[in-house]
Amino acid sequence: MKKSFKIEVDCANCANLVETSIKKIDGVIDANISFMTQKMKIEFAEGCDIDGVLAEIEREAKKIESDFEILK
Amino acid sequence: MLVRILTASAFVVALLITDVEVLPLGRIAKGLLYYLIIYLIIGYDILIKSWKGILNGRVFDENFLMAVATIGAFALALYEQSGDYLEAIAVMLFYQVGEFFQSYAVGKSRRDISALMDIRPDYANIEEGGTIERVDPDEVEVGQIIIIQPGEKIPIDGVVAEGSSSLNTAALTGESVPREVKAGDEVVSGSINMTGVLKVRTTTEFGESTVSKILELVEDSASHKSKSEEFIARFARIYTPAVCYGALALAVIPPIIRLALTAEPMWSEWIYRALTFLVISCPCALVVSIPLSFFAGIGGASREGILVKGANILETLAKVRTIVLDKTGTLTKGVFEVTAIHDEEDKEHTTETEKQRIIEIAAKAECASSHPISKSLRQAYGKEIDHTQVGEIEEISGHGITAIIGGKKVAVGNEKLMEKTRANNCQCHKAGTIVHVAEDGQYRGHIVLGDILKPRAAEAIDAMHKIGVRRTVMLTGDNHKVAEEVASALHIDTVYSELLPADKVAKTEELLETQQKGESLAFVGDGINDAPVLMRADIGIAMGGIGSDAAIEAADVVLMDDDPMKIVTAIGISRKTIGIVWQNIVMALGIKGLCLILGAFGIANMWLAIFADVGVMVIAVLNAIRAMYGIKQ
Repeated sequence: MKKSFKIEVDCANCANLVETSIKKIDGVIDANISFMTQKMKIEFAEGCDIDGVLAEIEREAKKIESDFEILK
Repeated sequence: MLVRILTASAFVVALLITDVEVLPLGRIAKGLLYYLIIYLIIGYDILIKSWKGILNGRVFDENFLMAVATIGAFALALYEQSGDYLEAIAVMLFYQVGEFFQSYAVGKSRRDISALMDIRPDYANIEEGGTIERVDPDEVEVGQIIIIQPGEKIPIDGVVAEGSSSLNTAALTGESVPREVKAGDEVVSGSINMTGVLKVRTTTEFGESTVSKILELVEDSASHKSKSEEFIARFARIYTPAVCYGALALAVIPPIIRLALTAEPMWSEWIYRALTFLVISCPCALVVSIPLSFFAGIGGASREGILVKGANILETLAKVRTIVLDKTGTLTKGVFEVTAIHDEEDKEHTTETEKQRIIEIAAKAECASSHPISKSLRQAYGKEIDHTQVGEIEEISGHGITAIIGGKKVAVGNEKLMEKTRANNCQCHKAGTIVHVAEDGQYRGHIVLGDILKPRAAEAIDAMHKIGVRRTVMLTGDNHKVAEEVASALHIDTVYSELLPADKVAKTEELLETQQKGESLAFVGDGINDAPVLMRADIGIAMGGIGSDAAIEAADVVLMDDDPMKIVTAIGISRKTIGIVWQNIVMALGIKGLCLILGAFGIANMWLAIFADVGVMVIAVLNAIRAMYGIKQ
């Protein structure tokens, strides 16, 4: 299942790094972060706990860029 | 941020004009305390971030580079007792100014470009119990009446039920001439109502409306990354650590060699060079400018009514050397119009009255038919037809129509019908669809109907050749004679005619195989039943795509109006964008490379390093924004 989120990320390089690193998270099939539109697209694995995976994504992203935020 | 930059700058100036040694504690290491305070004001967040980075096992990021370089500079100044702390502060200050400028410029262009593409309607007006109410467009059901006041955006596709007005469709088509609509006309969401109040019966849900489809497409476009963007992302991943190790090597190896050669090791000199190295190396100019250029290019294109589905598409579009075009609807208007009226000897009728007579017979005979040709004939006749004058209408499928008009038995149709009525018809010398007319078994002449060329079609094909498109190919299901006539009028290189939709795919595949490496092929169609070819080509360009969902989905580029000249504009924008991307890559890597070498030999000081970092980034960002502004035609 694909979902799109509004995010806040301050630097283009960080956006690239976050993208690479969150692709490795369990439950994430594919991830795409667009620095220009400040959007994150995640393809979740079928039947995964979306909120849990999302929290994991945010945790992982904050390690790289402490200002990273998923806006709801 | 701005406050911090200004405060720090003010303090620096204040320190420069006062003698630091007269201040309290100013004697400790030549005023170290004061410089440290300024340094912390301007750079505390960088220090925190790089510390966090280290804790998270991510050592080599920009923050880390900056932190090491500035702390190193402080340490050196302290060690050498030179009191020159200003360099460290300047590096941090300029880095922050650069970051501030970058986020401002990126934010600004993001807003500008989004505004260009923003056609999202925020609300819809519906009438409830005599009062007009604003609701979310999502809540409006199909078939419900919505009210659009002058100045408002039409939120949902529909048909005008009441009222008339002119519509500004510039956001959708780039066309600045307003469109007049009245009751019964279809209106497309996203256009702006200019003059009168309209009541519109919706024909789709908001989510399925043109405006939603377009927005989805445009918003998605930024997530398709270009090859150069991916290349730079990969490059940055190995580049930053490489430079860090390089700097470390520069700080350690030469002094050790000098020691081995029993010379003075000059530790501080080499460490200084290593620090300059770190400042120069920051990859941000590249990493920011590339997606920014593509985004600006896509934004600029959408202002022209050209929707590009992704940065990767712009890249391929710039390499187009073969353009394959569908004929009907792409180069021609796709509607039949009377192009000639000939007499029984295949000569142009000399008098208007004779022409009018032939048309009149044909139009009257065809008055009840819904065939597109009948409609064109009636349009050419232009007058109201009194149906009572026409009797015994008989439509013979595949032949034409016979009827009684004013007591005479007329036959209007193709050659087969003429043979049937035993009227001696003639072969026409002109290409097109021929409608023969006979009266009481007597041949009267024929009408030639043709699909007429779009006004700018010839100009567009010429422009394509001029910008370096090597081959223009036309594919059509139409007959050979018509195809040749169109192709020679437009200077198209190759024509393939009498093709079925499946043949078009096969022909395109053939053409794809013959092209050289590094080039690409674009197919342009109006989106009606050529979706397979749109998908098969390197770049599928759909024209006048509004309303045709299949085309919007299958195509890579959607031209919102049907002007073939826009193909040339699209290629121009893509080339300009790619040009800017390469300028930035070459400039940033060039300047940085040069400064790295100078730094290694000790020629570049910290100030040059700051330029190589922040200056290059500012130039790259400004250059990238240029992609948003269109090209000269």
